[in-house]
Amino acid sequence: MTFHAPNLIEEPQPETGTTTVGVLALQGAFLEHINMLRRLGVRATPVRKPEELAPLDGLIIPGGESTTIGKLADRWGLIEPLRAFIAAGKPVWGTGAGLILLAKDIGHTPKKGGAHVEPNRLAVMDIKVDRNAFGRQVDSFEADLPADALPVGGTFPAVFIRAPRIEAVGAGVTPLLHLGDEVVAAVEGHIMVTTFHPELTDDPRLHQFFVEMVRNS
Amino acid sequence: MSTQNGNSQTGTWRVKVGLAQMLKGGVIMDVVTPEQAKIAEDAGACAVMALERVPADIRADGGVARMSDPGMIQRIMDTVSIPVMAKARIGHFVEAQILEAIGVDYIDESEVLTPADEAHHIYKHNFNVPFVCGCRNLGEALRRIGEGAAMMRTKGEAGTGDVVEAVRHARTVLGEIRRLQTMPEEELMTFAKSIGAPYELVKETRDLGRLPVVNFAAGGIATPADAALMMQLGVDGVFVGSGIFKSGDPAKRANAIVQAVTHFNDPKILAEISKDLGEPMVGINVRSLPEEEQLATRGW
Repeated sequence: MTFHAPNLIEEPQPETGTTTVGVLALQGAFLEHINMLRRLGVRATPVRKPEELAPLDGLIIPGGESTTIGKLADRWGLIEPLRAFIAAGKPVWGTGAGLILLAKDIGHTPKKGGAHVEPNRLAVMDIKVDRNAFGRQVDSFEADLPADALPVGGTFPAVFIRAPRIEAVGAGVTPLLHLGDEVVAAVEGHIMVTTFHPELTDDPRLHQFFVEMVRNS
Repeated sequence: MSTQNGNSQTGTWRVKVGLAQMLKGGVIMDVVTPEQAKIAEDAGACAVMALERVPADIRADGGVARMSDPGMIQRIMDTVSIPVMAKARIGHFVEAQILEAIGVDYIDESEVLTPADEAHHIYKHNFNVPFVCGCRNLGEALRRIGEGAAMMRTKGEAGTGDVVEAVRHARTVLGEIRRLQTMPEEELMTFAKSIGAPYELVKETRDLGRLPVVNFAAGGIATPADAALMMQLGVDGVFVGSGIFKSGDPAKRANAIVQAVTHFNDPKILAEISKDLGEPMVGINVRSLPEEEQLATRGW
């Protein structure tokens, strides 16, 4: 029984990295991303207000509840600044809920009492997503993914929590990792998404991959 | 109990704790109807707790409080896309089996319901669905984690709208962890013995400097300030039971408490969101409660 989200770890010394990556810290597992980035020697800061985006070279939108994060982003005036941040070419990575906020098409989630409509999303990446498609929490799972697409290959320990499913990807989208036939990690230009949660593991390879994207942007 | 299916495994410790990690920085709200569940979701709740009566009503009605009607829980699950939790009585592992069978996302083995066993809790490692349990101190927390709870909440005193017990329990748990961190190694075994906690979990807690699972606050939180107080004390999120739907304007109050948990460290924002919320729930001073009516003492 090992818990992978201890307290926030210390900011690395400034000389270890000039790259600064923000983590949207409205709700969810943001601390886990910050810790992973700091272990890689990257400056990482929580983002709760629009003005906190200014010093950033890249941004992670973490897992959590996508409806909650979307509403909070809207309430605190973050939706348009986030779209501008991405439009300016700054790399962004969404895990789980973050992927749902970034996807252009999440279809409808028909529920008794009317269809869900969610205006509080960024809708910038050309993917079609079915939210919570893998089922409820009892269906949440771990699986080892073939990771040949990463600079250091082998397998990647993926943790899927009430995970969304990528149903279709646009022409400009490059699949990165698969679970069987399904795309579970993908990149479109400077936008990256994973349906699973590398921040819940001790494996820093996807964070390293994203940091390289930020450094090369 | 995890289940292997080809290359993938469900019900592992990591996915159980992982869902709680996704709930952090959020508010879990008690709801008794699908309509309330929708209001909670629209207000930004990160999950709902489906039950037949909120703790304030359980307190007022008396009698035996049991697991809610699975049909009612199912209707709430069909109404919202956020995770749905439900309560089983302490030690009532068959209520837990039923809740797992209908597919709730988390089971709360809760002192708010009338205990089914006055000596033992449910052996929670036997389930694929994760459990959250209440605690008043570190020993109780680590006993529950030892039995398989993947998330904790400090108990507070449910259904009172009085935050004093929530503060007491959070300070006790967090204070004991701080004490543990300065303790020399040769004292750990005796400390584990004195608080009735598994030695390995005492060691793990000392190394982490926190509980080895996500820890929310519960029991008596009624205002955005209460919620931010618990966050500043060091919990990972809050449960609000009677405090929302027993208040004058549930949607507005629910939304304000959600904002308060995100911006718990920003007094200017807290001031703004605390304005004009209408009447809070009518509270009960915990000191006026006779001991046999205090729910937090249930748990062994």
